[in-house]
Amino acid sequence: MESVQYHAPQSLEEAVPLLKQARQTPSRILAGGTDLLIQMRAGVKSPEMLIDIKKIPETTGFEIGADEIRLGAAVPSAVMDESPELHQQLPGVVEGMELIGSTQVQGRATPGGNLCNASPAGDGAPAMIASSGQCVVFGPNGVRTIPVEEVCTAPGRTSLADDEFIQEFRFPTPKAGQADAYLRFIPRNEMDIAVVGVAANITVDAGGICTAAKVTLGAVGPTVVIATEVAELLVGTKLDDATLEKAAEIASGLGSPISDKRGTAEFRHRIAGVLTRRVIKIAATRAGERL
Amino acid sequence: MSKAHVTTTINGDVVEYLCEPDQSMLEVLRDNLELTGTKEGCATGDCGACSVSLDGRLVCSCLVLGVEAEGKQIETIEGIADGSELHPIQQKFLENAALQCGICTPGFIVATKALLAKNPDPTEEEARYFLAGNLCRCTGYDKIIRAVLDAAAEMRGAAS
Repeated sequence: MESVQYHAPQSLEEAVPLLKQARQTPSRILAGGTDLLIQMRAGVKSPEMLIDIKKIPETTGFEIGADEIRLGAAVPSAVMDESPELHQQLPGVVEGMELIGSTQVQGRATPGGNLCNASPAGDGAPAMIASSGQCVVFGPNGVRTIPVEEVCTAPGRTSLADDEFIQEFRFPTPKAGQADAYLRFIPRNEMDIAVVGVAANITVDAGGICTAAKVTLGAVGPTVVIATEVAELLVGTKLDDATLEKAAEIASGLGSPISDKRGTAEFRHRIAGVLTRRVIKIAATRAGERL
Repeated sequence: MSKAHVTTTINGDVVEYLCEPDQSMLEVLRDNLELTGTKEGCATGDCGACSVSLDGRLVCSCLVLGVEAEGKQIETIEGIADGSELHPIQQKFLENAALQCGICTPGFIVATKALLAKNPDPTEEEARYFLAGNLCRCTGYDKIIRAVLDAAAEMRGAAS
């Protein structure tokens, strides 16, 4: 690969002139690098400038507040997985991230990078969307906040401008009786790319009635599918077997999956239903334990 | 294009080097610093042959840029033995014949050290999952896993 300029700003302020330069110079944001460095080596991406955001304090660490959870965009998934507090509050979001790659990859891979790589099969995004994540996007004119689902627009494409990056995610802290979960299907035991991934965020009341739900499907279309019809079906029910069967049936009909070496479109439709049924159960069980 | 000047710590020694901004840490280790114990397998982060510890965290050095090592602590396979005294993990790999061609071995040993630092008493399943990112095309893994569990037992014995 051609040589590039490398910059590691120490603050958001220091990043501003670099982001302005990125309007003219083909640039990429470097977080964990587990996708970008491979794409550069393969010649798929040839940036002339890399802006490493890992030294900017806002992109690192996480804080769990009473109303909001802040998660730095460049926190390695291994760090997320090692936090009992994050597992307790956002188990589905952590499950999505800790399924990515090997131990070695998890030492580097980040939620911001996973989202901005914009793979249709990315494991990070479905649960981040199901748990109503917001992205704090930084640019030379300051920050703007957008829902996670507005970042990916097509495979490999995002809505971010050349002079912007995601500094952090914000999630509403789950209330009593609310929890998330993520499940994916892969043909191997470990180290593979999702054939389908499904996330659910479920709220139940003391009587076991579902009062709120959000279900999202990954790898069944160019971007994550938000299964509004499934969520509407669940609310007001006790999430009994008949309801979950119906939810699976609806989920099986969603999206526009492709056929590839990991599975046919027909198989993806079918497995989307199975995973939907299972992941709702897991999220609902967790939600019940949080009452 | 100007080279970047990097100061880092490798196996406890402060090291300075010049590198191209797009050179991987693996290339810097092998080509600039002649630390050729770390191997290149795939160069795409899939095989784990280039595993090193970066600030105490196991990573593929092919997925890290040399410039990113500024101010960091790196441990490579060359830092595992204590002089001519083999580390128990190395000794158990030899005793169990847990290597054939040897290309994956440095990565496995560095990764095993990271595993046992985190979990001194792993089950076979835990060891296999943790090491799933280290590929070996010769042994079929059984001897490697035996060596890992043997080393874990020995290190627990030495610690107690």
